Amino acid sequence: MIKIGDSSSKNAELDLSTRIAGVTFKNPIVMASGTFGFGKEYAKYYDVNELGGISGKGLTLQAKAGNQGTRVYETASGMLNSVGLENPGVSAFLEKECAYWETLDTARIVNLGGNTFEDYVTGAELIQKDADARGSKAVDMIELNISCPNVKEGGIAFGIRTCDARELVRAVRRATSLPLSVKLSPNAEDIADMALMCQEEGADAVSLINTISGMKIDVRRRRSVFNNLYAGLSGPAIKPIALRMVHQVAKRVDIPVIGMGGISSATDIVEFIMAGAAVVQVGTYNFMNMRAGQDLLRGLREFMIEENIASLDEIRGIV
Amino acid sequence: MGTVISNERLADNVYHLRVSGDYGGETGQFYMLRAWGAYPVLSRPLSIHQVEDDGIEFLYHVVGEGTELFSQLTPGDSINLEGPFGSGFPAVTGRVALVGGGIGIAPLLYCAREIPGCDVYLGFSREPFRTEEFRPYAAKLTVDVGGLILDNVDFAEYDHIFVCGPHPMLKAAQLKGIAAATSGSPVNVYLSLENRMACGIGACLVCSVSCKDGQRKACADGPVFLAEEVVFHD
Ligand SMILES: Cc1cc2nc3c(=O)[nH]c(=O)nc-3n(C[C@H](O)[C@H](O)[C@H](O)COP(=O)(O)OP(=O)(O)OC[C@H]3O[C@@H](n4cnc5c(N)ncnc54)[C@H](O)[C@@H]3O)c2cc1C
Ligand SMILES: Cc1cc2nc3c(=O)[nH]c(=O)nc-3n(C[C@H](O)[C@H](O)[C@H](O)COP(=O)(O)O)c2cc1C
Ligand code: FES
Repeated sequence: MIKIGDSSSKNAELDLSTRIAGVTFKNPIVMASGTFGFGKEYAKYYDVNELGGISGKGLTLQAKAGNQGTRVYETASGMLNSVGLENPGVSAFLEKECAYWETLDTARIVNLGGNTFEDYVTGAELIQKDADARGSKAVDMIELNISCPNVKEGGIAFGIRTCDARELVRAVRRATSLPLSVKLSPNAEDIADMALMCQEEGADAVSLINTISGMKIDVRRRRSVFNNLYAGLSGPAIKPIALRMVHQVAKRVDIPVIGMGGISSATDIVEFIMAGAAVVQVGTYNFMNMRAGQDLLRGLREFMIEENIASLDEIRGIV
Repeated sequence: MGTVISNERLADNVYHLRVSGDYGGETGQFYMLRAWGAYPVLSRPLSIHQVEDDGIEFLYHVVGEGTELFSQLTPGDSINLEGPFGSGFPAVTGRVALVGGGIGIAPLLYCAREIPGCDVYLGFSREPFRTEEFRPYAAKLTVDVGGLILDNVDFAEYDHIFVCGPHPMLKAAQLKGIAAATSGSPVNVYLSLENRMACGIGACLVCSVSCKDGQRKACADGPVFLAEEVVFHD
């Protein structure tokens, strides 16, 4: 069994690293927004510095209490969530959590959501100001979430039509010089178009996919189990769709693609890399395996050795 | 990874699971259990029923796919346990009552053992189970079948009341606690909440509980909450 950080000669030859807009990801395993908090909770169970990166819980300008009622429902090989972007707000994050992020040795991504156009832009400005003050020691990248299906205003509304999203991406791009990835919705009218637009507006990368809008009905109570009717589907159930979308987008754009959706094994990661992803994110699998990061990394190394792959660049986008 | 010592059926759809391994925890805490590979996707939270030197025990009700899979476990099978998680019942002194409804008695046996001289109230809609195990620890043991167990509890008699049971029972306990306090008998009522969970450790926010001071996490700040702090929306 190969240990993480094992410096045996064979292991040392493996190159799992990638750079996106000047940010180094020491391996392609990044924890997905909303499933990993800000990393602290999982840090009690393994060294999160072994990860390629962490995308923090989605932030909005003002703190949000999130949705009432049932927030999670399990489905066949997946789960629906209706958290509704509960979060402490950008300022509270910068004041309280960023000090922890300064101590981390992994790529740190702020996932930024919003209700209104102004929310997003002001949020990005605050993050930029803070980064300037700290000398960028705590945030390496902003991931602009225009795709949350669980908030009524903003969120998904921006993520569906390319023309609605364009102004927003442009304004946020102006508001920050930090590396910027735009997180796309699988519910977009045309996800490749959307990605191309992000590239045109100066985004450094695109992240995809966010959860797919879904539903569950309680037949005895004759109502949706969710107060918001619909909720976001994630987990292995969505992997084929996510993989297809990552492949489509990677073929269309020149900027890196951060791929995710249902990844729950090392070979799932390899599939996304072969479809063209620069790095991947892992969400729901954290709930299936508390030491997901550690186990996936070990599995990925084993796969590379088995298949005689020295660098992930050898297989990136080969399909 | 733990090993199943026994998995005994106690009543209709109620099982007592004993797992060997180095598993500890405080009263009211819980574990996330998984007796399968990838599917079902989520692990299932179960309260600590009892901690023994050589392992840990759970008491569970079969309600769906996951607990159905638990019920099929036989001695020697392995099962994945993560935990202990959450903050359980507080350490208290004074007059204490433990009130459990149905499978809600699960976390209370360990409490009874840790709080000698407490009064124990156990309510069941049909067949009672595990009631005799409480007897050695309880100053007074009240078992009720078919009624509302809370009707037997005089809130004015106690300093602390720990409640675990179905949702309507928790809400009723909150109201009785408030009523006792307003009539001059302040009592700390603690509720153990069973919100649906995914991560179990405070990272995903699917288990959020509305409290007077804002949103808290059932898995990390609870599952035990002071009743007066909880805001029930339904
Ligand atoms: C902190 C805590 C402690 C618990 N302790 C016990 C215990 O000691 N004994 C016991 O029998 N039950 C306990 N429960 C409830 C138990 O977790 C559920 O009955 C169980 O998860 C149902 O799983 P299932 O697959 O059989 O049901 P399904 O209905 O098939 O499950 C589908 C999903 O809903 C969730 N779910 C369903 N019912 C509940 C519920 N009542 N509470 C929370 N999540 C639910 C499941 O975890 C799963 O994710 C506890 C719950 C929590 C949160
Ligand atoms: C409980 C939960 C909360 C999430 N919260 C966010 C969020 O705040 N911001 C965001 O961009 N995506 C959020 N997501 C989406 C994930 O980051 C990811 O895009 C999606 O779950 C697909 O990946 P997976 O199948 O590996 O989970 C959330 C997903 C889950 C399951
Ligand atoms: S279950 Fe994830 S925060 Fe409580």
